[in-house]
Amino acid sequence: MKRIVKLNSPISIISHAAVGGGEERRGPLGDKFDFCDITDRFGMDTFETAEGEMGRIALNTALGKAKLSHKDLELLVAGDLQNQCVGTSLGLNSFGIPFLGVYGACSTCTESLLILSSVMENSPDMTYGAAVTTSHNSAAERQFRTPIEYGGQRAPSAQWTSTAAGAFILGRDEGKPSVTEFMVGKMVDGGTADGSNMGGAMSFAAADTILSYFDESGESPSDFDYIVTGDLGKVGSDILKEILARELPGCERFHLDCGLLLYDSERQDIHSGASGCGTSASVLASHLLPLMETGQINRILLLSTGALMSPSSLLQGQNITGIAPLIRIENKGYKKKNTTVNRK
Amino acid sequence: MNEILLKLLLAAICGGVLCVIAQLLIDLTKLTPARILVLYVSLGVLIYAVGLYEPLYDIFGVGMSLPLIGFGANIGRGVKEAVDSTGALGILTGGIGASAGGITLALVLGLLASLIFKPRSKRM
Amino acid sequence: MDNLEKKRLIDKHSPKTKLFKNSALAFLFGGLICALGEGVFLVLTGIGAEEKTAGVLVTLIFIFAASALTGFGIFDRIAKHAGAGTLVPVTGFSNAVTSQAMDSSSEGVILGVGAKIFTVAGPVILFGISSGVLYGLIYFFAGLIF
Repeated sequence: MKRIVKLNSPISIISHAAVGGGEERRGPLGDKFDFCDITDRFGMDTFETAEGEMGRIALNTALGKAKLSHKDLELLVAGDLQNQCVGTSLGLNSFGIPFLGVYGACSTCTESLLILSSVMENSPDMTYGAAVTTSHNSAAERQFRTPIEYGGQRAPSAQWTSTAAGAFILGRDEGKPSVTEFMVGKMVDGGTADGSNMGGAMSFAAADTILSYFDESGESPSDFDYIVTGDLGKVGSDILKEILARELPGCERFHLDCGLLLYDSERQDIHSGASGCGTSASVLASHLLPLMETGQINRILLLSTGALMSPSSLLQGQNITGIAPLIRIENKGYKKKNTTVNRK
Repeated sequence: MNEILLKLLLAAICGGVLCVIAQLLIDLTKLTPARILVLYVSLGVLIYAVGLYEPLYDIFGVGMSLPLIGFGANIGRGVKEAVDSTGALGILTGGIGASAGGITLALVLGLLASLIFKPRSKRM
Repeated sequence: MDNLEKKRLIDKHSPKTKLFKNSALAFLFGGLICALGEGVFLVLTGIGAEEKTAGVLVTLIFIFAASALTGFGIFDRIAKHAGAGTLVPVTGFSNAVTSQAMDSSSEGVILGVGAKIFTVAGPVILFGISSGVLYGLIYFFAGLIF
């Protein structure tokens, strides 16, 4: 079974924007975000609507950068962490764009870009589409964990749901970084029912997708600048690196995790790192795509990792299921191996 | 003066030890904070029932009564006194009666707080 | 990869909780709160309150303090370090009630605050009262027999 899907006419990311909250502003990428609200409320009464507003600001900013109006968009693929995607609908419903909602836990960013580029490739008449992903720490805490002002302690392996949004306008400008391939990941048992260890639970799905990809494509990890995972955090990244080092030695050197880029472990009490689907969306929009646009990096694999679970499934002792869809983003005409980038 | 210091110290030691036991249970076992609180309240009733609470309270004072064990012991005492005075009906009326002050105040303050304050986003 | 191997990898790479630091802080905060409570108790009895009344008042004062600190957004910042030190005294119970009430106010006073206020504190009340009923049954029937 061939699982890698090549796009015959690559779909490019012509514009993008990242929006974040207070902790994201304090993080190392804070300056690169298009907009941050240190109160995390974005002028709204509830955290649910704040998440929607964050997505609205992100989409408007990305549209502005591309000098487009929302009327130019023919499809919106978007999602968030809230039940029935209300984090998206509360902010984006007024745009009046045909909409597909995506719930892939924290894999939403890659999943949206995958679906949107695939639909656009098969619809030659379609000019522009948008993908938006949001997550909000307070909205997620309320839904999945404890009240916001509840005095609890987080486990060292726990991650911090980011208050962040990423919006992407997709089109057919060949001069921009393009989605050229994708591979849909399998659902993989995370081996744990511990909601404080999502990174660990997702790492096996990420390993499965990465190893399957290189097995089928026959390429070498060194053909890529980075193999980027969404939000494995410290724990999940360490597990992934151990598996990769064992199964495909050398591959682990190209690994980069968005969950470890968003916050500063020196100044911020991050525990295992960032999580939430806004993490990979905002890091892609604020950090990775600008690097690609300036030619500092040219080819990446992006795997936003998702942990499928609910408060009920965890209380029932059911294992978390990990997912890790993959997309390949590269600059057109890029052939030769890049050796100038200093890898972490 | 020394007597006061001793009382403060005893209360601190007892409260501290009860908290450390709970912390170790949280960190070393799968027990969640909610389960620990339930355990402590039930333990409080048990300790009162077997007659250990009063002598411990005489020594450690608030160190025994302020942790949730004291909450449980209060329920135990309420039940016992109600059964002594009203018979079988006391089994049902004693518990809530004895803990009514704490529960009512917590609930009313919670309601008030929900009207006055808005939750702020957590900081790391 | 089977689940045993996954479990092994997760355990291997998951950082351990800082047992000593957590326990020391829990002792410190728990001890401090109880010493403070004892101090208040001594003051109250000193100015003529009955011991039983003073005991109840101490509990109520700490419920009030924890609720206020929760309202002003300070409690969770202390509890993050104190852990069981603020959880086990009645302060933890009060915080659980107030924080849940504040959290649910966006869903309205009746079905938000009213329905959800017991979410975190409910188990404590339920099992406290149920333990009391069990004890009452034993105490009552033991009294009939002996």
